[in-house]
Amino acid sequence: MAPELYDVAVIGAGVIGAAVARRLSSYRLRIVLLEKEVEVSFGVSKANSGIIHGGFHHGPETLKARLEIAGNLMFDRLQRELHFPFRRCGILVAALSVEEMKAVEKLYAQGLANQAIGIELAGRDRLLALEPRLNPDVVGGLYAPSGGVIEPYRFVFSLIENAQANGLELRTSFKLARVQRRNGEYLLCAEDGAAVRARYAVNCAGLYADQVSALFGAEDFTIVPRKGEEFLLDRNARGLPDKVIFPVPTPISKGILVIPTVEGTCMVGPTAVDIEDKEDLATSQSNLQVVFAAARRLVPALSERDIITSFAGLRPTLKGGDFFIAPSAKAPRLIQAAGIQSPGLTASPAVAEFVKDLLKKSGLELAEKPDWDPFLKPVPRIRELAPFQVDELTREDPSYGEVVCRCESVSEAEIVAAIRRGHRTLDGIKFYTRAQMGRCQGGFCTYRILRILARETGLPMERISKRGPGSELLRSEL
Amino acid sequence: MTEKRYDAVVFGGGSAGLAAASRIAAAGFSVAILERELEPGGVLNQCIHSGFGLHVFHEDLTGPEYAERFIARVRGAAGLDVYLGTTAQEVAVEEAGAREPIVVYGYSRRYGILRLTARAAVLAMGCRERNRGNIGIPGTRPAGIFTAGLAQRLINIDGYLPGKRAVIVGSGDIGLIMARRLIWSGAEVLGVIEIQSYPSGLTRNIVQCLNDFGIPLHLSHVVSRILGRDRVEAVEVSPVREGVVQSQGGFRLDCDTVLLSVGLVPDNELSKKFGVALNPETGGPLVDAGLQTTVPGVFACGNVLHVHDLVDYVTEEAERCGGFVTEYLRGEFQPRQYRIQPGANVKYVVPNRWFADRENRFYLRPLIVANQARLAVRLDGETVKERRLAHVQPSEMLSLTLRAQELAGIEAIRENTLEVSIT
Repeated sequence: MAPELYDVAVIGAGVIGAAVARRLSSYRLRIVLLEKEVEVSFGVSKANSGIIHGGFHHGPETLKARLEIAGNLMFDRLQRELHFPFRRCGILVAALSVEEMKAVEKLYAQGLANQAIGIELAGRDRLLALEPRLNPDVVGGLYAPSGGVIEPYRFVFSLIENAQANGLELRTSFKLARVQRRNGEYLLCAEDGAAVRARYAVNCAGLYADQVSALFGAEDFTIVPRKGEEFLLDRNARGLPDKVIFPVPTPISKGILVIPTVEGTCMVGPTAVDIEDKEDLATSQSNLQVVFAAARRLVPALSERDIITSFAGLRPTLKGGDFFIAPSAKAPRLIQAAGIQSPGLTASPAVAEFVKDLLKKSGLELAEKPDWDPFLKPVPRIRELAPFQVDELTREDPSYGEVVCRCESVSEAEIVAAIRRGHRTLDGIKFYTRAQMGRCQGGFCTYRILRILARETGLPMERISKRGPGSELLRSEL
Repeated sequence: MTEKRYDAVVFGGGSAGLAAASRIAAAGFSVAILERELEPGGVLNQCIHSGFGLHVFHEDLTGPEYAERFIARVRGAAGLDVYLGTTAQEVAVEEAGAREPIVVYGYSRRYGILRLTARAAVLAMGCRERNRGNIGIPGTRPAGIFTAGLAQRLINIDGYLPGKRAVIVGSGDIGLIMARRLIWSGAEVLGVIEIQSYPSGLTRNIVQCLNDFGIPLHLSHVVSRILGRDRVEAVEVSPVREGVVQSQGGFRLDCDTVLLSVGLVPDNELSKKFGVALNPETGGPLVDAGLQTTVPGVFACGNVLHVHDLVDYVTEEAERCGGFVTEYLRGEFQPRQYRIQPGANVKYVVPNRWFADRENRFYLRPLIVANQARLAVRLDGETVKERRLAHVQPSEMLSLTLRAQELAGIEAIRENTLEVSIT
């Protein structure tokens, strides 16, 4: 039997693949989203700063700037449709010397040229009024009110769930190993022998976009992973700011920032070091001092004592520094979306729009689905509700009353909702629900989640993993 | 929503909560215990080893046996309701004047949402384990890293072995107990790594859980890196000299599991919702001589107040707390109190005040390791009480009783503060 034929195969279920898949799901097309990991958003989109940028970090000549500004503007509507955690808290760049202020003035000019909405050059008093937690030695800075914070994985989950409701097919654990072109179609074969056919393909493979491009016999480029370490602080820590605070940027990164997350914790980081291994997510001790010294320069009250966890993420960087989004000049009907690092998350909905246009130019017929539904039904979350509202929910489903994760207030009903939406690993449940993400880091709820997973999926306890095969938690029954 | 009124509500049905609640109920007051788990007893339920009750019952009991004695007191006590599987999600103290100013919303599968009001409350939530993020072990983030208490629960209650070759980080008591438990379950324990130059668990546990099984204890060492992509594959261990991790002289242990026994923290999230002031030295609430927090009518006892070494001390403290709550409910809780503070080589002393006219009992934790030490209680440089101690170390809590007659002469000097020191 011939493998299933799709109009478009989107390779990679990170934020770019998810945004492209969701955009295409509004047309009469058969779309498949291929992901090598066991769950979606398990790569670059899982570990990043979660910032919706304000449109001033990149020059007006770049694709980055154009798509960042366009993408930023699309988030209000997306949030109304998909209900992911997102808040326009505003972004500040703080200058601590006259020299730094000159660099800030350049950023401001760049922002104006990009037509970034509402950006403002601010003096010391204005900046401290906007953010009283800022270092009082600040001399001035930039304020970008359109900037904000988001839970990146929740954004990816909601894009994909909505696309699935509109007909998208998702194949996880699909590790692309071979690509053949036959009769004007691509045959995409996975390591385990699974295969699909597709008329068009989009390369959204993040860190592995270079390898995927090579499988297609398309452009030759190299993705260099740039590691960033982040430290997460307890929501009860003192002196947490209300706005995202940037230092003056360096040539390779936007610097070490202080990020009040949309869920009330605070993140400091990331570092920026080019490395070779695309799976090297190890953290180091020396970065702690570096990160906190840099962060305290911006917000003096921050303390290492409030760290609840640290983690590392990788940025998929491409030589030249700009996004590479274009139809392949070598492989027909392949659209490349590579080198999507910061501000890729902000740009993602605009990247999707751009990719859709490129597919159209390459000959893909786009007929709108009359029954396309852009809305996702929200999952009630007890930490956002008052007791009388939870009381109403428990009448329908008593498991809303069962608090599984005490640190982040997550009910059993929310865990079950995550499982029913395809999350089968502890990390998947963590990113969907926040259970295990708080100050005890799963010390009190891991065994409860293991049991719920076993009950809901029918899997034996020893088969339940942290993030896929090989990462099972338990060795054997006693 | 179910609404109920009580004289007192107790947060937590572990050793502290059970002892405090049964004491309050015995005095004829109505009490509700809110407990998250489906069984009362708290962490005792997973402590299937013996060594509990030597002080309180003069018997060597297992954790569940010890818990059962208090569960039996609670079961069938008049006016005492135990809400199992119930999480106290929201709490508040209403404006003065309300008959039952304490408002609690309990969430549960069985009862739905409960709204309880009470005249007094007892914080007895216990403690939680410090984890990898708190101590910042570098390296990868694979499966196979557990806090020792979680591993204990998985083995003793759920019946699963978390790993076959384990390294234990920290020589806290749970880690030591788990070293022995893993061996008995057929796993290997390659060593216990302790950053300090002395063990942080009780001496009897070092002997019975490590020495008896030939498990090496590496003092003044840290795990400097965790390796492995999906599952733990090894750890790197490095020596520490004068607080600095050394790059030379380290070694590697191939293992599939890392257990963390790196300290306990009083679990005061609910206390913060009450607005209770905390003591940075203990991580628990500041309390007066009657174990009342800075919020009137809200009391604290057990590991939520400060981390105890032995459950026997928790019981003793919780029963006294129950007695103070009873006095409060009767309107008799108005005694004269003065301050007491830690002096030389004392990390903390609990409670933070003393009664002028009755017996006081304090718990304190030393900052030093020493033989032939002297514990002194002074007022304005004048010694009120002195005791010789054969040996002190930070991992072993000390208790101190000051009787009314010992304090009789000093009551007149009102403004002064007692100071406890170890030399």
